[in-house]
Amino acid sequence: MNNELLAVRSVSKAFGGVQANQEISLTIPSGKIIGLIGPNGSGKTTLFNSIVGYHPVDQGSVRFQGKEITKMLVPQIARLGLLRTFQQTRIFSGLSCIGNMQISAPVVRSGLKSLFTKFPIDDMEDIEDILAFVGLHSKRHLLAGQLSFGQQKLLEFAMALIAEPKLLLLDEPTAGINPTLINGLIDRLRVANQELGITLFIIEHNMRVIMNIADHIYCLAHGQLLAEGPPDKIQNNQTVIDAYLGAN
Amino acid sequence: MLDNLAILFNTPVLIVDLMINGMLIGAIFILAAYGMALVWGVMNIINVSQGEYVMLGGYITLVVVKLGLHPLLGIPIAAIALYFIGWLMYRSIIYRVVDRDVFISLLATFGISIFLAQLTNQLFGADVQTIDTKLGSWSFMNSMVSLAVIKVIAFFLALAFGFALWVFLKKSRTGQAIRATSQNARAARILGIDTHRIYTITYSLSAALCGAAGSLVVMAWAVHPYIGLPYTIRSFMVVIVAGLGNLPGVIVAGLGLGAAENFAGFILGTEFQIAFVFLLMIFVLIWRNRRLRRRRKYLK
Amino acid sequence: MRAWHYLIILLLAVSAPFILPDYRTQLAFLWLMVILALSWDIMGGQMGYNSFGNIIFFGIGMYVCAVFQRDSGLEYFQGLLLGMGLGGLAAVIIALIIGNALLGMRGHYFAIGTLGLSVVAGELAGGWDYIGAGSGLTPPLYPGEISERNVFFYFLFFVWAGITFVSLWWVYRGRFGLAINAIRDNEDKAEAMGIYTTRYKVSAWTLSALFLGVIGGGVGNLIGFIDPKDVAFSGATFGVWMILMAILGGKGSLWGPVIGAIIFHVTQELFWTLFLGWQRVALGLLIVLIVVFFPEGILGWLRQRYPHRMRDANNSTEKNKLNK
Repeated sequence: MNNELLAVRSVSKAFGGVQANQEISLTIPSGKIIGLIGPNGSGKTTLFNSIVGYHPVDQGSVRFQGKEITKMLVPQIARLGLLRTFQQTRIFSGLSCIGNMQISAPVVRSGLKSLFTKFPIDDMEDIEDILAFVGLHSKRHLLAGQLSFGQQKLLEFAMALIAEPKLLLLDEPTAGINPTLINGLIDRLRVANQELGITLFIIEHNMRVIMNIADHIYCLAHGQLLAEGPPDKIQNNQTVIDAYLGAN
Repeated sequence: MLDNLAILFNTPVLIVDLMINGMLIGAIFILAAYGMALVWGVMNIINVSQGEYVMLGGYITLVVVKLGLHPLLGIPIAAIALYFIGWLMYRSIIYRVVDRDVFISLLATFGISIFLAQLTNQLFGADVQTIDTKLGSWSFMNSMVSLAVIKVIAFFLALAFGFALWVFLKKSRTGQAIRATSQNARAARILGIDTHRIYTITYSLSAALCGAAGSLVVMAWAVHPYIGLPYTIRSFMVVIVAGLGNLPGVIVAGLGLGAAENFAGFILGTEFQIAFVFLLMIFVLIWRNRRLRRRRKYLK
Repeated sequence: MRAWHYLIILLLAVSAPFILPDYRTQLAFLWLMVILALSWDIMGGQMGYNSFGNIIFFGIGMYVCAVFQRDSGLEYFQGLLLGMGLGGLAAVIIALIIGNALLGMRGHYFAIGTLGLSVVAGELAGGWDYIGAGSGLTPPLYPGEISERNVFFYFLFFVWAGITFVSLWWVYRGRFGLAINAIRDNEDKAEAMGIYTTRYKVSAWTLSALFLGVIGGGVGNLIGFIDPKDVAFSGATFGVWMILMAILGGKGSLWGPVIGAIIFHVTQELFWTLFLGWQRVALGLLIVLIVVFFPEGILGWLRQRYPHRMRDANNSTEKNKLNK
């Protein structure tokens, strides 16, 4: 495939005796929204961690834009444009929202000098725009630790956007968000994908959301890839339904 | 330094002597390390004042002897006294820092460490002190290898204390509660374990263990007000080499450290022995971190 | 803080040794305390890395400067100033070497590692004959009157304290400040955002080393005697004071360590003699009390007490950035 952005090839990962991921292969094409579903404990977050380099994989390879990243470290991978958000939201609670955004903005020059430089001035407009886009503009001077959980989640999303990733891995973006805000979030994910050109790879438990926005869905169960296909196929796939309902 | 190495190579008996004497003090390190591992594992606190409890155990035994009692009686008295000092420390300070961040618990115990060391210095002076148990020593191999009887007794007593604690943790009701709390304090609380009480017992027990160790130190070796920090560092090193809760590992690491230290003291000169201990600790840390780094991890 | 606030502070600082001529040495030490507290706070406050080992850079600077003065044969002032520069350089080089190895660790491990480092430095210096071993080293005598000497060192320390403060103000308001704050808040997240955290950590550690290494040489000359364990690598005095002062004033801010240093030093000068040799015991107790009951420090307490008045001070740097 020509436009494959991320290629995971037979990745396995075990914790002690527990096989969290077993021979998982999947492909993320550029410009799409891909979903990852599966019951609790099926290895979704482990797969995310394997991709972005949080732990070494036992076997298999991960390639991003054709480049081998299986052995790279977290910040190196992030700088290639492959970012992730966390299920338990992580933000810098002692910094203001603007500070959180500034530190996430990409550094143009890297090297010793960039450690001590100030921020490019036009960054500030981008930051304000993106904060407005996720609906946090009025809170921009507050410390991130003072925000509610849902707002922190939005801030983390905004931080990922300002970093201009090529591929963004979202770990349950709607968990803990007020249901009335979920529709707005879906729209924002679409805008991020279509207008900012960010490919999304989303873990999601909310079936209505994921079936609504994903172009293609992978389903994990017991650490193995159970099924894949477009949303309507997955919805009617008997093995997927069984996995969720616990039938044998 | 090279001279000393040459002496060592020419007289292999000396190697045996250094090795045995080093391993004897290693038993004390095991005991202190066990105390540190207990508090670390259960409360997630690195007790920087751990070594000061060893030092205090030594001074309490000194007082006991000055009162005219037999030095061996100092062991239980030091242990009991340190149990209460530990209790006092927990109830006044430590309980306030248990669930707070690492920063606060580290600095608080560091403050306690300075406080106890300087207090002892004020009360007893900075001199090196020891107790002569008059038990004599055995010598072997044309008296090239000599063993003070009290060191041998200290060795076996230290191991016995360690073993007793291990049995206590495995078998007794309280011991089981301590182990449950160390695995998941919140779950233990939900199941009706009074974790506050468990923490108190754990901390006091750890101090008592160090007190007994210190009592052995003053009889078999010597104490002064500033030996605390080296004991803390040694315990820390033994725990990170062996890992929390790995009993055979702790024993091997403790004995090995004792022997290594004794050799270093002989080869480099005793004035560099403490520097060697601390440098070794730093190298162990760096080495461990490098190995973890290869697995995309680090010491945390 | 407005411009005229700074002007008043500047005027006070310049005239202080002439208003209080009897206290020139103590006033010089006041600026030393400010430098110590500020340089510890880079690591301990701003970056959240609890370091017990910053004192080694102070001692390295002290020894390098004194040895250079002894062996170079230069005239006093040239020797002192060049020596201080060399001391700073040596501290920076050593910080770079050990920083890369040590700063991969976090939390407990980093703290205990640095604690070990400070003791090792004292022990090694005490056993090394070239630098005087346990009997210490005496820097050359100041060529002039005692009162003139005290004024000289007062201004030397004041200038370096000013440079330290301004440099830190400048680096904290840029990317560096944000990055080390981000490391303090959540280092994993910082890495996940593509920040090379080790680079920032080593830079912070090196910066701290530079400020301490340079001033160390001056302190050695003012005290007039360098003892390996009681002056240069003194865990029980300077090494602890810097931590205590930063926390007392409010760690993680620019003014907190300054305020903490001033309050601690003044109290110490006024009341310390009342303790009759029990000072170090009191010091241990003081650390415990401050850390356990007052971990936010004076500035943090003020911020909680008067959130509105203090918020301005918090956000002013941000607003400046916005207005540009």
